Parts: sequence; structure tokens; C-alpha cells
Amino acid sequence: MIKLDSKIPKGPIEDKWTSHKFNMKLVNPANKRKYDIIVVGTGLAGASAAASLSELGYNVTVLTYHDSPRRAHSIAAQGGINAAKNYPNDGDSIRRLFYDTLKGGDYRAREGNVYRLAEVSNSIIDQCVAQGVPFAREYGGHLDNRSFGGALVSRTFYSRSITGQQLLLGAYSALSRQVGLGKIKMFTRREMLGLTVIDGQARGVVARNLVTGEIESYAAHAVCLATGGYSRVFFLSTNAMNCNTTAIWRAHRKGALFANPCFTQIHPTCLPLHGEQQSKLTLMSESLRNDGRVWVPLKPGDKRKPGDIPEAERDYILERKYPTYGNLAPRDISSRAAKEACDAGKGAGDTGQAVYLDFADAIKRLGKKVIAERYGNLFEMYELITAENPWEVPMRIYPAPHYTMGGLWVDYNLMSNVPGLYVLGEANYSDHGANRLGASALMQGLADGYFVIPYTIGDYLAGTKFQTVKTDHPEFQKEKDAVAEMTKKLLSIKGKRTTDDIHRQLGRIMWNKVGMARNEQGLKEAIQEIRDLREEFWKNVNVPGSAEDLNQALERAGRVADFLELGELMAVDALDRKESCGGHFREEFQYEDGEAKRDDENYTYVAAWEFAESGNWNLHKEHLEFEYLKPTVRSYK
Amino acid sequence: MSGNMNLTLKIWRQANANAVGGFVTFNVKNISPDSSFLEMLDILNEELEAKGEDPVAFEHDCREGICGACSLVINGRPHGPLARITTCQLHMRHFKDGDTIWIEPWRAKAFPIIKDLIVDRTSFEKIIQAGGFISVDTGGVPDANAILISKDAIEKATDAAACIGCGACVAACKNASAMLFVSAKVSQFAVLPQGQPERYQRVQAMVKKMDEMGFGSCTNTYACEAECPKGISVRNIAQLNRDYFNAKLKSENVEA
Ligand SMILES: Cc1cc2nc3c(=O)[nH]c(=O)nc-3n(C[C@H](O)[C@H](O)[C@H](O)COP(=O)(O)OP(=O)(O)OC[C@H]3O[C@@H](n4cnc5c(N)ncnc54)[C@H](O)[C@@H]3O)c2cc1C
Ligand code: SF4
Ligand code: FES
Repeated sequence: MIKLDSKIPKGPIEDKWTSHKFNMKLVNPANKRKYDIIVVGTGLAGASAAASLSELGYNVTVLTYHDSPRRAHSIAAQGGINAAKNYPNDGDSIRRLFYDTLKGGDYRAREGNVYRLAEVSNSIIDQCVAQGVPFAREYGGHLDNRSFGGALVSRTFYSRSITGQQLLLGAYSALSRQVGLGKIKMFTRREMLGLTVIDGQARGVVARNLVTGEIESYAAHAVCLATGGYSRVFFLSTNAMNCNTTAIWRAHRKGALFANPCFTQIHPTCLPLHGEQQSKLTLMSESLRNDGRVWVPLKPGDKRKPGDIPEAERDYILERKYPTYGNLAPRDISSRAAKEACDAGKGAGDTGQAVYLDFADAIKRLGKKVIAERYGNLFEMYELITAENPWEVPMRIYPAPHYTMGGLWVDYNLMSNVPGLYVLGEANYSDHGANRLGASALMQGLADGYFVIPYTIGDYLAGTKFQTVKTDHPEFQKEKDAVAEMTKKLLSIKGKRTTDDIHRQLGRIMWNKVGMARNEQGLKEAIQEIRDLREEFWKNVNVPGSAEDLNQALERAGRVADFLELGELMAVDALDRKESCGGHFREEFQYEDGEAKRDDENYTYVAAWEFAESGNWNLHKEHLEFEYLKPTVRSYK
Repeated sequence: MSGNMNLTLKIWRQANANAVGGFVTFNVKNISPDSSFLEMLDILNEELEAKGEDPVAFEHDCREGICGACSLVINGRPHGPLARITTCQLHMRHFKDGDTIWIEPWRAKAFPIIKDLIVDRTSFEKIIQAGGFISVDTGGVPDANAILISKDAIEKATDAAACIGCGACVAACKNASAMLFVSAKVSQFAVLPQGQPERYQRVQAMVKKMDEMGFGSCTNTYACEAECPKGISVRNIAQLNRDYFNAKLKSENVEA
């Protein structure tokens, strides 16, 4: 029987982390190198964790499927990273960042975790600056801030529109330094395909060498998964092409609980679809909403060019519905407003699947120079992709799957229910509840890696008895055999459909029925359709090539096989949650004006799913308690 | 909607590092001009997969010009015919129906081919590991605003830090020199106050590793700058050379 213990320390919220740090056991410095830790993933969470743990003296092994740690998807984050520095003197504080994050997440996250996140946020900025991360500056040489959705203060640190790249290069440089010093063993082009659990403890992973095809074993005392999010279950998303769920899914199959899988974020400002040949969607940084105004034609079916539609015949949807936050309303709300407008036939452009994001007023007010300074490269990127000039015609944007709040369940120490298995960054279900605010994923990834795991992992290592385990342990062989078996199976089907074809179909099911708006009937249909599709996949997919070679088709097929299971669990979770909250909108549960209707009495819990067998899960509930912030209706009006 | 472009592709195929490679001809049909170049290759690969044939291996990930994974020499030019973009940002509207397109991997001794269009860029990793960092452990650092940095310095540092580590500069250079890549990192830290303490060791360590990895020497042809998708300037190379020269004068040598 699994008992979920969040391990939130006792005491006042301001003191929890401090007293926990004091109460945790420490590993004797001389003994640290005797402990082996595996970190899978080199995004912000993985790179920062690996570097910090190695600096402390642990023996760290790092795996990534990329050819270089610097390619992790964190590199693509544009907008910025939050911290409660209050440099602009506009009323920010740790408490306010805590409040905004918890409220933004629609009260479906743990108070203790969220408070700690806000508390360590400031150290992240200090650390990054010390590494040489070039954050934007004011004329006096001080750091500059900008605003982001869901906040009334300016607390976002940024580096042009390449904040993720600069933060990742900072963490990557720290990681590379440890590799150069011979303290971290770095294995690139390795894909983790299995978790090894011995005596109930996570003791290693098996991975495929993506160049030779060899299945390799790696043993350790603890394993950290920092393998990112699963938005690619929708096929089309803003995530990089290789993002997937395999690492956490394989761990889930070995006993780790999957929490709140249905909490996914659809980002409001992405470029609209160009057609069927599309492989991914491109995000336009949300910072654009600082100065751009979102509108659609007032009359349905109005096909005039945007410039020909007079002011009086435009509907500035966000400003009208949410006067306080206006164009800076949170993502879920903004995305839904866009979808509603398009569903009502008011969509912009030929496809009708877009809304305008208009800079004309901002250009008039601030001048071209200021706008170019703020968004120049985003404007260029837009023109490059769409062949339309946003200086002259308003941008067209549409929502796209972007971030997954769900992930493996972890306690306050970031440990899953499998002892010794830690989950960091987007891969855990974490601190964002039912909806993540802009610029807080980078914050969370780096908080986990730089400032949480270095403390909490020591407590586990110092307090646990370990038997000696090497890679010749039979459990490794068992895990390797299972992986080899699956590979062989995939290569032997030789059916009629390509992996991408099936993935695309899965994506359509997810987008239509487990996307921005969900209902009971649609979810039930989705579950059946996904099951059928999974069955078809295992009978009718065609994966060419061999197992002993670099084989990208095989890599994709393995990932899609896991998505076909996860997709079902997302629908099962969405069906269970008979309320609307954050990114999860159930059509049956809304107020008359279309706002989400949360049900605190019955659903103030984290849904943690235990894998029984393919298509069958047991639900465990972690009830959330709110001592400091009483849940209120989340209003941005 | 599928599109209306039909193209002939001449693609470099090579089974592995030791195999002999060569160009293979493929035809693709009904390509939309709004598709990206890599989406066009996806279509080719899906056709190959449907026939049970091995798809063309190429590296890619973010598809928005930032991860540095994609490469490809297209009609003789790294990242294709347009300046200042990566291959994944190239759209088919820049080609004509009926075109023949030649597609090759990066060619450089320090970037051995792994398969088809994928090369091994580990040599770049080694250079960063040798010195492309500021030595600071996690924790124990001053408040971020305790270090003041002028707008001008931060702009210069950011320009240099924008390098995505793709290797087009090496592919473009007739000597396969990595000077643009190395100088970008050296310059980023050379203009920042945080980078000063290790400034002269860093440049020597990185240059030494670069030479060891088998990159050629820089003869100032500036082909690198012309093909760099991020517009990294050759002025960084001048900065590197100055720092390298000064390091020798200061005789702050790294161990041989
Ligand atoms: C386009 C875009 C823009 C964004 N902008 C912002 C922003 O402005 N601000 C913000 O706060 N957040 C932003 N986000 C969200 C944020 O970037 C991510 O949530 C965050 O970077 C995730 O970091 P991570 O370290 O958890 O995972 P990732 O960076 O995704 O890293 C995952 C790592 O795991 C490895 N990996 C995965 N599976 C395996 C496996 N099986 N075996 C081996 N290795 C594996 C990968 O190789 C990679 O190294 C953005 C996201 C996107 C998509
Ligand atoms: S300098 Fe330019 S071409 Fe060279 S690796 Fe960096 S981004 Fe690529
Ligand atoms: S795929 Fe990332 S830069 Fe091209």
C-alpha cells in the first residue's frame, strides 16, 4: 500500500525550509565521493543539479540523448525568469511571488513547496550573474526587469529574447567545468530506457547508446530525472522535436506515481498552423503581450484585412473581459478566450484559427526604436516564418500546447515514492499546480537543481543503508532484456503506418478531446480511441532499420509507444477531475459567464496515479492544505 | 493542404564513420512553400519509412534556430542560401519548383561524420570544458546588483553569448578553423567584470584545446562571419588575438 507523505516540515511557512535544512543529515565531506549519483537530462534542472552535486564532492554521472548538454530544450525559452528581488521597488516580496504562483496555479500546489520556490528565487539570479549570464541592464548598470502574465509587479529578469539560452549556457558552463576537471562523467547520445530498482530503491538506469545501439547499464546510489515535459503527446507543440515522456514513463511503469497528468498548459501566443506538413509550432514570447493588444473582428465571418476594420468594429477580447490584467491575463484564460472567439467564427485571417496581436498603438506611443529594442528579434522571427511584416500588419497568434504541470509525484525533498528516485524541473509535477505563470519554469528548474537537491539528497544518502550494487547485478540484466525485447518487437512489426502518422493521429485526439476544453463524453471517447490506436500501433507500425545502429526511426517509435500510454492516463485523470481549474477546463463546470468553476470541497487534491498494467491505474490522493492562503475564486477581472 | 513544389534532392548518405559515403538522388513532391526545409526532409523520410527504407539521418531539435543541433550544407552553403538563419529556419518559399538541391553534412576533420548528415561535434565540448566558464561554485556569491555592468558591455557580451555552437563557422572555413566559436566565448567573458580573474588563463586553455582537437588555423577570410546564423562578428577574433598576445606578455601561462 502506497502512503503519500509530502514531508512538508512543520512550523511557520517562512521557517520551514530553513529549519528543514538544519534538521537534515549531512554527508561527511570525505564520504561524498563514495556516493554515485546519476543525473538524466542536462536542461536547466539537470545541468544545475549535476554541477552543484559534483562541486559538493559527489561522484556524478550524467546522461543525455543530445550530442551536447547545451541542446536541452531549456535553450529555447525566450521570455525570462522570475525572482522576488523587488529591485523596481514596486511592492514585490517573497510573499507576493508565493501568492501569485499559488493563485496562478489555482490552488492545486503545496504551500510549502511554493513558498520555498519564492524564497530561493533571489539566489538564482545572484548565481547566474556570477556565472556571467548577460541579463539586461539599465543605464546605471543595474539589472532591468519586465512584466509577465499573471503579475502586477515587474519581476522578470531577461536577456533579450534568449533568456533560456543564456541561463542554460550558464549552467552548462558550470557542468562543463566539472567535466573538464574530471569530476563528472558525461555520456551524450544516451537515451535512458529503463530504471533499475533493487530492494525497493532506485539503483541505476539502463540506456541505449544512440550511435552503436548498445544497451548499457549505469549503477548509483540515487537517480535524478530531469528529463523535461511531455507536451509532444499533442504531436504539435512548442516543444523541441525530441522532447518526450520516456524517462519518466519508464520510471512510472517501475512504480513511480504520475501526478496530475491532465494539467497541461496551452500557450496563447504561438504562430498559427500553416498546413498539414507542419512539424511543430513556434512560440512567440509572451512578453509581447506587454505592448501588443489582442483583438478579433466584432462580427463573425468578417474577412476584411485587419487594417480595413475600423476601431469600433474590433473586439479587444482580453481588455474587455479582464480590465485589471487586460492583455496580461494568465495563459489559460487568454488561450481560452482566443479559442472562444475563433469558435464563434471571429477568428482572424484566412484560416479563422487565429487572433490578432497588434502593436500599432504601442508603436505610436513609444516609437519604433523602443519597440525594436524590446521585440526586434521576435518581429524578425515572425516575418521569417510567416513572410508577413508585423510592423505593418498585426501578428496572428493562436494557442498551442506548451508546458506540462503534471509529472512524477515528488515530496518536499523532490523524491518520488520510489526511494532514491528524484525528479527535477518540468519532469516533476511540482510547484505550478494547475497552471504555470510565465517565467516561473526557468525559476523552478534552477531552484530544484542549484538550491534544493544539493541539500535534500544528502539527507537521503546519509540516512540510508545501501547494499553494494554493480552493473552486473541481475536486475540490470533483467532491465536490459526488457529494453532489448521492446526494441526487437518494434523492429519486427513491419506494418503499414509510419510512427509519425500514428503520432499525428494521437495528437489530434488529444487536441480535440483532451485539450483546452474537455467534457465527459469527449474524454470517454478519447480513452477508447487511444486504446484502439495503441493496439493498432503495436500491430501496424513500420519501423525500418536495425537495433545496432544510429536509428532515429526506432528512437521515435519508442517514444510514441510511451505517449500512447500517457495520453490515455491524461484523459483518465481529466475525467476523474470533475471541476475546472487552471489549464484543466471541464465544460460541465463553468459559471454563466464562462469562467472556470473550481470545486475545492471535493478536488483539493493531487491525483497521483499508480501504474497497474497498460491501460489500468490506481488513484492515490494527496490532500492539499492551505494554512496561509485560503483559496479564493481566481479572478483576473 | 499540401503544396505544389516538386524537387530533386542529392543527399549525402554514409552508413557510419568508417563507411564510404556518396550522393543519392531522391524526388519529393507536393511540398508547400510555407513548409520549412526540415519539414521537407520529414516528408522524404516518412515516405522512406513507409517503404521500410532507412530514413536519412539528420540532426535537429528546437526547429527555431536556438539549440544549434541542425546543420547541413545546402547547395554548398552552411545553413542554406539565406544569411543569418539556421537550416531549421529556412522555408521552402526560397526555392523554386523543379529545383535540384544538394545536401551535405558539415565537412571538417574535427567533426567526423557519424551517419548520413550527422557529424560529431564533441570537439566543441572539449574546448568549453577546457576553459569556457567562470569558476564559481553554487552559493556564496554576491547580490546580483552588487556587480554593475554598463549597458554597452552587456550588449557586447550578449552579442557574443548568442553563439549556438552549431559549427557552421567551421564548415564555412577552408581551414576548418574554430576561431569564431572560441572567440565568441572568450569575448563574452572578456568584457564582463566577472570574467576578469581568469581572462588570460581562459584564452590560452581554450586555444590550446582547439589546436589539439584538429581545427585549422585562422587566415582571416571571414567566411565564418558570413555564414554564422547568429551574426557573431569577427571582431571577437581580434579580441581573442589581443587577449592571447597579452596573456603571453603577462606570462600567465597555463601548464603546458
Ligand atoms: C518555446 C518555449 C519557451 C519557453 N519560455 C519560457 C520562459 O520564458 N520562461 C520560463 O520560465 N519558462 C519557459 N519555458 C518553459 C521552460 O523552458 C521549460 O519548462 C524548462 O526549460 C524545462 O527544463 P528542464 O531542465 O526540466 O528540461 P529540458 O530543458 O527539457 O531538458 C530535458 C533534458 O533531458 C534529457 N532527456 C530527456 N529524456 C531523456 C532520456 N530518456 N534519456 C536521456 N536524456 C533524456 C534531454 O536530452 C535534455 O537534456 C518555455 C518553454 C518552451 C517550449
Ligand atoms: S560562431 Fe556562429 S557559426 Fe560558429 S558555432 Fe557559434 S553560432 Fe554557429
Ligand atoms: S533545430 Fe535547433 S537550431 Fe535548428
